[in-house]
Amino acid sequence: MSLLSDPRWGEALSHLPDYLGNHVRVSLAALALGLIISLPLAIVCRNRPVARSVLLALASIVQTVPGLALLALFYPLLLLAASVTLSWFGVSFSAFGFLPAMLALALYSMLPVLRNGITGLNGIDPALIEAAQGVGMTARQSLTMVELPLALPVMMAGIRTAAVWVIGTATLSTPIGQTSLGNYIFAGLQTQNWVFVLFGCLASAVLALLVDQLLGLIETGLRQRSRARTAIGGLGIAALVAATLVPSLARSSASYVVGAKTFAEQYVLSSLIRDRMQETGLSATTRSGLGSSVIFEALKAGDIDLYIDYSGTLWANQLHRTDIKPRAELLTELKAALAKENITLLGELGFENAYALVMPRKRAEALGIRSIADLVAHTPTMSIAGDYEFFSRPEWAALRGAYGLAFRAQRQMQPDFMYAAVASGEVDVIAGYTSDGLIAKYDLVTLDDPKHAIPPYDAILLLAPKRADDERLQAALKPLLGKIDIATMREANLRASGNDANSSPDAVARWLWEKVGKKVTSLRPRTTARGSIRHRSEDG
Amino acid sequence: MISYTHVAKTFGRVVAVDDVTLDIAEGEFLAVVGGSGSGKTTLLRLTNRLIEADRGTITVEGDDVGQVDPVALRRRIGYVFQSGGLFPHLSVADNIGITPKLLGTPGDETAARVDELLDLVRLDRGEHRDRLPAALSGGQRQRVGVARALAARPRIVLMDEPFGALDPLTRDALGDDYRELHRKLGLTTVMITHDMTEAILLADRIAVMRAGKLLAQGTPAELAESSDAYVLELLRTPRRQVARLNARLPQDGAA
Repeated sequence: MSLLSDPRWGEALSHLPDYLGNHVRVSLAALALGLIISLPLAIVCRNRPVARSVLLALASIVQTVPGLALLALFYPLLLLAASVTLSWFGVSFSAFGFLPAMLALALYSMLPVLRNGITGLNGIDPALIEAAQGVGMTARQSLTMVELPLALPVMMAGIRTAAVWVIGTATLSTPIGQTSLGNYIFAGLQTQNWVFVLFGCLASAVLALLVDQLLGLIETGLRQRSRARTAIGGLGIAALVAATLVPSLARSSASYVVGAKTFAEQYVLSSLIRDRMQETGLSATTRSGLGSSVIFEALKAGDIDLYIDYSGTLWANQLHRTDIKPRAELLTELKAALAKENITLLGELGFENAYALVMPRKRAEALGIRSIADLVAHTPTMSIAGDYEFFSRPEWAALRGAYGLAFRAQRQMQPDFMYAAVASGEVDVIAGYTSDGLIAKYDLVTLDDPKHAIPPYDAILLLAPKRADDERLQAALKPLLGKIDIATMREANLRASGNDANSSPDAVARWLWEKVGKKVTSLRPRTTARGSIRHRSEDG
Repeated sequence: MISYTHVAKTFGRVVAVDDVTLDIAEGEFLAVVGGSGSGKTTLLRLTNRLIEADRGTITVEGDDVGQVDPVALRRRIGYVFQSGGLFPHLSVADNIGITPKLLGTPGDETAARVDELLDLVRLDRGEHRDRLPAALSGGQRQRVGVARALAARPRIVLMDEPFGALDPLTRDALGDDYRELHRKLGLTTVMITHDMTEAILLADRIAVMRAGKLLAQGTPAELAESSDAYVLELLRTPRRQVARLNARLPQDGAA
């Protein structure tokens, strides 16, 4: 199949009005806010060297914070602000999505606007400023009639740089709940859907170039005092905003939002849940690619209505527990703790997505390794790889403590590449995820955890406080509970990691329903101590 | 018309203008001559409060400049800057019409005034009106500078080395033209220059400054009576140059 006839282009295109519209709105709002703050600051600071250097230093520091981190930081910051306003003034606001994204991006846009603004204004020949005074201009007239027009080309260059940066960085606002062209990129990277990745990159590049050119038109218009050019540029920007508003106004907003974290399994399950709900006549949509620290808060605040999490993740991250309990006990305790926050733990899906030490089957057999206890003797000559957070998670500390693991080397890797790395012998062991389809694909084996050092990670369905008594919703979801076993989920995940039209989350969700929905009986009750360890990355 | 009484201005530890007392009569053309760092430009800028004096009093048309709004003051005094000081983003017409515009003069009235001024400074209306300053020669730029200074019909014009950067022919023509305008319009002019020859040729009276102090003032003839060696040396320079020129050029012929 040629690249161009791939049906995923069509699927990508169908999301464009939504993603692009949100992207344009958040970028332009952020840019406008950034300009409203930065331009006056540049003007005020132009003759104050101390204020100027302090301001530029601050803006530079903001720039050194990676975009993803800056956006992520705004979420807890706003949550805090929202709780403060709630307790002081009795009003709260959503710290999810648009607001944190806009504020973080506005901050991000400030450096080029400030620097070029100040450089432009300071670069004006002092003789001309004196001439402006000499012909009888007030300070304000000198600013508007002489200084700003002369600094305009340099200032506009800064504004254009800021616009391109903001539009590019806005793709990173997906994890904090702001839909953007980043939805293509995050979804595409996680499900190995390179068509989506490419589409998202192209769309944001085209948008950045278009806005840059329109701003350029305004710039030459202002410089050559051509009202026509300025007007065309301004109208172009206005038309862009208007065009992105139309589809979102026309679209009726769904009443239920299903959240999903940033990995393939979550994309598939959220699609499955959405389809189930729509089947029963509930209008539902997905909000995917949410950061794992964001998604729970979003549920608590009611910004999303439901999502799938994993028991061990909540145990460690929300309950801040480091002790490890048997499955059933942990679930009961977790359910009670969540109930205190009015969150409903509706039930388990039937599989676990836990961290597990994984190695090639043949090598394990050759060395006679079946459990982590068998591995210990070999670790001084072995290397281990984990995702970006594994080695700082309590599971790793618990594993090392319980078994006395001492690997020769440890490396961090993008989760999708770990399995290939261990299969090829690049590393000896990886901390993989039990539900990952690549375990089967590369003929790997998960090692038993006889000491139960790692907590259980049952996939559980959580409902927002406002949905606690929603019987229609719960009835729609019940058929999914206890239906998805680990083998099925692995196969689904393996399908989702393929790079073809059948591997889109929607297609895999349909396949999954075909497979589990037809089953009349529930899965057999699971035995305990199934020897594998749990969890999944990005789940911090 | 303009009077300075014990005026002083210090920048940090440098005394730029040191206790200067000087009167300029209505209709007079005064040249202030001095080397660089003599304080002559500072004295000029104190007049329309581009710089504020530390001590002493300056009056313009009877008003103590310290007591009037500096912006209004500047709008009623024409000011010609060293190399034109034209705004590069404005056309010739907009440059000339800037002060009337600031004063709220209606556009058509300003347009007519601009044409009148272009005639006055001998620039072709049609050809120069809409040009940007970058498209003008140095002499044309300075003519526009003069026209801009005159636009709001000031009675006083301050000139800061207006012809210094021009070639000799242009400089000569422009000096003569300005002197004629000064007479025709009944202006009071203070011109800063480092060139004694230019001062003698154009001004009614000359003030000589050195290290912030006013050394001497008077007509060229009166200055010749000065006892100050620096003043006499300055005065002798033009004549010595003429003597040298005469010696080097044939006595008869075109030159």
